[in-house]
Amino acid sequence: MTTEMTNKPEQAEVVRAEHTRPGRHYRPNVDIVEHSHELVVLADMPGVSTDGIDINFESGTLTIHGKVEDRGREGVNALLSEYGVGDFFRTFRVSEKVDSANITAEFANGVLTLHLPKVEAVKPRKINVDAK
Amino acid sequence: MLIRAANGSYPIGRLKSEMDRLFGDLYETVASNAPFGLAGGRAFPALNLWEDDKTLYAEAELPGLTMDDLEIYVLGDELTIKGSRQATEGEKVTFHRRERGMGPFSRVLRLPAPVDAERVEATLRDGVLSITLPKEQAAMPRRIEVKG
Repeated sequence: MTTEMTNKPEQAEVVRAEHTRPGRHYRPNVDIVEHSHELVVLADMPGVSTDGIDINFESGTLTIHGKVEDRGREGVNALLSEYGVGDFFRTFRVSEKVDSANITAEFANGVLTLHLPKVEAVKPRKINVDAK
Repeated sequence: MLIRAANGSYPIGRLKSEMDRLFGDLYETVASNAPFGLAGGRAFPALNLWEDDKTLYAEAELPGLTMDDLEIYVLGDELTIKGSRQATEGEKVTFHRRERGMGPFSRVLRLPAPVDAERVEATLRDGVLSITLPKEQAAMPRRIEVKG
C-alpha cells in the first residue's frame, strides 16, 4: 500500500505536464509498428521544423512535443478554416523491453520517425539445429 | 460568394458561413473519393482558404508527402488536389496503433473566383502545402468612381 502511494504522484506529474506555450495543442496521428528488432513510432507533425522538436524520455514515459511556427496571414479574409494550427504534443508509456539509451529519431516532410530498439533479451533469435 | 465574404465580418454572418460550409462539406465528401475518408465524413486533405483583392491562398497539411506524390490541377474556379501516400513500413509487420491515413486521395474545391491558372504557384514544405492563386483580371474588384 505504501509503495503505491509514493509512486503515484510521480506518474501524475509526468502526465499532467502543463503546456508553457499559449495556443491550442494537437495530438499528432501516430502509427506504432513492431519489427523484429525495434518498435517504430511515426508521428504526423506538419509545419514543424527539425529544431522545433523536443523528445523526452523519463521514467518510462516518452513525450513528443513539436513546435509549430506561426503561419498566420495578415491582410486577408478567411474563407475556409477546416483545420487549426498549433503545437503537437503526445505522451506514451514505453515498456521496459525498450533499450531507452539507444532511441533514435529522424524528421522529414513533417513526419517524425522514432526508432525504439528492443532490449537484447527480447529480440528474436534464430537457433540453428545441428544434425547429428 | 461575395455575400459570404461580406457576412464574414459579423458574428451572425460567420455562423451562417459555418453552417453553409458544414452542409456543403457533406456533398463534397461524396464527390471526393476517400479511403482516407474519415470519421465525421470530412474530405481529405483539410483546407484553409484566404483571399485578398488580387489573390486566393490555399493551405493544406499533407505530412509524409513530396511534390512527386502530388498532382494539383486548376481549371477556371476549380482546384483539384490529388495524391497518394505510400506506406513506409513493410508488409509483414504488426501495428500497435494505426492512425495515419494511407493510400490515394483526391479533393475538388470550388473557388469563390476564377483564377489565372498560368500564374498559380504551389510549395510544399515540412508537410504543409501552400498554393497561391492569383485571381483572373475580370474577378478583381474594380473601384467605381462616382462622378459628381
